[in-house]
Formats: sequence, C-alpha cells, structure tokens
Amino acid sequence: MTEGRDRDRDRAPNFESAPDGGSPVVAAADAADTTAKGEPDEKQATLTSDAWRELRHNPLFIVAGLVVALMLVIAAFPQLFAGQQPIMGQCSLSRSLLPPQQGAIFGTDVLGCDVYGAVIWGARPSIIIGLTVTAGVGIIATLVGSLAGFFGGGIDAILSRFTDVMLGFPFLVGAIVILSAFPDRTPLIVAGVLIVFGWAGLTRIMRSSVISAKDMDYVQAARALGATNGRILFRHILPNAITPLLVLVTIGVGGIIGAEAALTFLGVGLQAPTNSWGLSISQSQERFYQHPHILLFPSLFLSMTVLAFIVLGDAVRDAFDPKLR
Amino acid sequence: MGRYVIRRLLQVIPVFFGTTFIIFAGVFMLPGDPIRALFGDKSPGAAVINTIREKYHLNDPLLIQYYEYMKGVVVGDLGVNFRDRPVLDIILQAAPVSIKLGLTAFAFEIIVGILAGILAGLRRGGYFDNLVLIVTTLIISIPSFVLGFVSQLTLGLELGIFPVSSIREGWPYAYILPAMILAALGLASLTRLTRTSLVENLRADYVRTAIAKGLPRKRVIGRHAFRNSLIPVVTLLGIDIGSLISGAIITEGIFNLPGVGQALFRAIGAQENTVVVGISVALVLIFILANLIVDVLYGVLDPRIRYD
Repeated sequence: MTEGRDRDRDRAPNFESAPDGGSPVVAAADAADTTAKGEPDEKQATLTSDAWRELRHNPLFIVAGLVVALMLVIAAFPQLFAGQQPIMGQCSLSRSLLPPQQGAIFGTDVLGCDVYGAVIWGARPSIIIGLTVTAGVGIIATLVGSLAGFFGGGIDAILSRFTDVMLGFPFLVGAIVILSAFPDRTPLIVAGVLIVFGWAGLTRIMRSSVISAKDMDYVQAARALGATNGRILFRHILPNAITPLLVLVTIGVGGIIGAEAALTFLGVGLQAPTNSWGLSISQSQERFYQHPHILLFPSLFLSMTVLAFIVLGDAVRDAFDPKLR
Repeated sequence: MGRYVIRRLLQVIPVFFGTTFIIFAGVFMLPGDPIRALFGDKSPGAAVINTIREKYHLNDPLLIQYYEYMKGVVVGDLGVNFRDRPVLDIILQAAPVSIKLGLTAFAFEIIVGILAGILAGLRRGGYFDNLVLIVTTLIISIPSFVLGFVSQLTLGLELGIFPVSSIREGWPYAYILPAMILAALGLASLTRLTRTSLVENLRADYVRTAIAKGLPRKRVIGRHAFRNSLIPVVTLLGIDIGSLISGAIITEGIFNLPGVGQALFRAIGAQENTVVVGISVALVLIFILANLIVDVLYGVLDPRIRYD
C-alpha cells in the first residue's frame, strides 16, 4: 500500500500539492521530498526508504526483528534446534517432571517428554496460524471496511449487516461449535476458523475510520478536481484512515497466536501429536506450582513471540505513518 | 436521527435470522448423536430413541428443524433442552453472573483504559507513556488463561487475597479478580488505541486552530482533541461489551463462575441446539444494541458525520 502511495507521488506531485489546504500529510511529505532532499527527481527518497532508514536505527526493531526471524527459522527447521520431534505418549514416563538439567535443559513434562523439544517443535503451528490469519483478516477488513464506509448507502447496508452477522457471533462460541465438527484439526483449519470470526471487528473499525475521513476537506477538494472514486479511496482516504487498523492488526498477530493457544487450552484447538505451546501450557495447569518449568518455558516462548511481533509491528507503524512523524 | 434509528432497528431482522441460522446449522452439523449421549452407557431401544428424536424434531432436515424452532422463538418461546428444562430458565439463571462479570470488567476497562490512554497520549514519549506501552505490551503478550490460572493460584490460593472460585462471596469480592483478568486484553488495546488516536488528533489542523485562537489548553484537549479521538475508541468499546459478556467462557471456567459462558460450553458439548442458539440470540441482541448505540454516538461525538 505504501509503495502504491510512493509510485503515485512520483507520477503526479503537482496534483497532490494542489492548494487544497486540507492535505497536510501528503503535501508535507511532498515538500520533504522536493525541498529537503534538494533533488525532486531523486527516486531513492521514498517513504519506504525513509522508513527503512528509521527502522535500521531503532534498537527495538532490531531486537524484535531478530526474535521474529529466529522464531521463523525455528518454525521452518525445528530439527536444527531440537533433533527428533518429541511425540506425546512415546516418551519415557520414568523421566516424568524432571527439573531442568543436563540433557534436558528445560526439564521434562508430566509424560516425560523433553520440554525444550516440545517448545521448539511447538513454534511451527503458532507461526503458521499467526501469519495466515493476520494476512487474511487484514485484507478482508481493508477491502470490506473501505467499500462500506466509502460508498455508503446500499453497499454499506449489505456489507455492514453481513459484518454485523459475523460480529454478532460470540467468537469463542462460533469457534468452539465449528472446530468441534472437525475431528482432526490441522493448523490451517484452526487458522480458517480464526479468519472467519476475526475479520468483522477490524472491518467495522476500518469502516468508521473511512467514514470520518471521507467528509474531510481534502477529499472534497480531490473530488472537485475530478478525481475518480478509486483514486480518492486509495490515494486520499486509505492512507489517512488505515492507522487504527494497522494498530489493531499489529497487536493482532500476538492476539491470534494467543487465541490459538486459548482454543487449544479449551480442547478444541490443535491436538497431540502436534506439539503446540497451548497444549503444553494446558497440560501444566494442575502441576505448575510444584514444577514451574513445565509452565514457564512454553509460556515464555509464547509470550516472547507475541511480544516480538507486537514490538516489530509498532516500530514499522511508527516509521511508515507520516502522521506520527 | 429518529428515522436512522428505526432503519437500523429494521436491519436487525436479517442479522437476527442470519446469526441464528448459522449457529443452528453449526450445532446441527456436529458429529455424534446427542440423544444416544443422553443415555450414557445404557443402550435404549430404537423405538425409544426414535420417539425422543421425533419429539425434538431431530429426524427432520435442517431447514424444517430451524423453522420449527423459529416458530417458537418469534412468539417468545425459546424452547426446552433435551431434559425439558426451558431455555429461558437456563439463561435467566446464568445471566446475572455474566452480566455482573462483564460490566465489572467493562467499567474497569473504560476507567483505567481511557484514563491511561489520555495521560500517555498527552505526553507522547514521556515516562508515563513508555510505562503504559511496556505494561500493555506485556499484558497483551501473556495469554489471558495463563494470567487467569496463575493469578488464581498465587493471589487466590497461596496468598489468599482473592477468593479462588467461590461465587457465594457474591459481587464484588468474587468478581474482582476474574473481571480484571477478563478486562486485561481489551484494556490494553483500548489504552493503546486511545493513545494513538489522541496523538493523531493533537496534531490535527483544528487543534492548531483552537490553540491559535487562544482557547485554554483544557478546552482544546477536552472539547476538541479528546472528543474526536473518541470515535475509534467508542467503536472498540461497542465491540468489546459483547465479547466481555459472551467471551468469558475461559474466565468463567477458570474461576468457576456459573455464567452464560459455562452454560453455553455445556450445551455445545451436549449438542443442545435450542440452548446454544437461545443463549447466542441473547448475546447477539446485546451486541446489536451496543453497536446501534455506538453508531448513534458517532454523530454526537463528531457532528461532521451525517446520517443521510
């Protein structure tokens, strides 16, 4: 989306800095491009490169990025870190609930499985679900929300009522009912259900944000200048209206990974023999006071991943959002 | 405005039928036979099973079942569960617990969330702002069920500050800890949204104008920036009130509060269509009402928004 903004800016800078008086964001950005850099034709001085320069000097971004990268590598190649996948029920019960020690640095769980192995192999389903659902939900919410908010009238009524139907679903109820119908639940099935029940809330936020942006002076100015609906929506309204969505989607990756863990905790999410942080946590529920390691390490990995995604998203948003500059 | 509200209320009708049908169909498609499950390990004769199935219309196709059920619902009869207990009875018994829990959590969310968001947004980059960012990030990153059972065991059982699971303590004592846990996630999002929204609005032209024409700071923030930054916040609150009352299945489970969430979870397990849909309908109505209030509030908060 930001790239689209840049391309357009290069193509028609004069149109954008038209004295409509209501487009301070784009006008200011254009001014920065043309005056501050001193070279109006400088193609490198785009929002993306500015943002990237800012991000590279943000220590939080680097740390969070490294954690996310590490988690992605772990999710892709768990065998590099923990060898064989510990399969629940095939571990030695005589090694049940050992504290962290040589050979099992995170200790062992109730069934005698190595907690370190379970945690490493548990990364993949969480990461897959987190990324799939975020992408799906973000795309649907942006499209449906901006269409409903921008065009209003009949389109809004239909889309909003449909959104309301999906929103009306108490999330957990819907998820439990649908997931109960699947005897074998793969990460993709869980992700699909989370998308189905996740897009509506963000769509409503997007819609309200577009509605409050579409009566702005700069939109009317653009319309007076003869801009098409598509141009007004994608060039003027969306860049100014998408921040609340980005905030929530950003926080959402973590929330989704947490929701997967919660569904698994309730017994309708992922199942053994899939290793999952949610499963490890729910198994630790009764015994964690005496054996904190069986709760600590899965929770730590879960929280660390969620945290890394949130910090990463926050940093990216701050860098890309010209309003907060 | 009046016409707008009436139109919105009319639009509730398709939402009502859409939601109930999808939930009804979802329970219909669950694997397993709820009537056989009713008998536990005994195996009654086929005739007995068939009679019971006929009684609850379970032999009919989905659409007929839905029709039979809806015939009752539109005249206010929510039906009975497989033990002939009226669904309304189940709801009325569980509702007070959930409403008390949800509203306590909601109050907690509004007071702490908006206040912290404003204070953080007014001094962006300051000490309190960073503190709020760190704390909310931590709250978001720890799953609420972990927060739930860990705080129950530590604050409740070991330290004895809060009751562990005793509903008999009554409101507010038995509800404080569950409400805090339930509110935690929404609270964090709300705080951050309030903060972001306020920061954005403080840089808006109209705020600059207000400052330039010499309005006192209090009025600029209170009447101009704050009111406008409330729009996304109110939207989030509208969404949250529904999920606070309905989404408490986990919290109610951990703290053993016999609310709607637990009744629902039991009903899904027993595949009791009427109970699941009945409770869901109540939740949906609460939700729609909250959304309607949100939409009407938009116009109050931002007069530029018009209801054609």
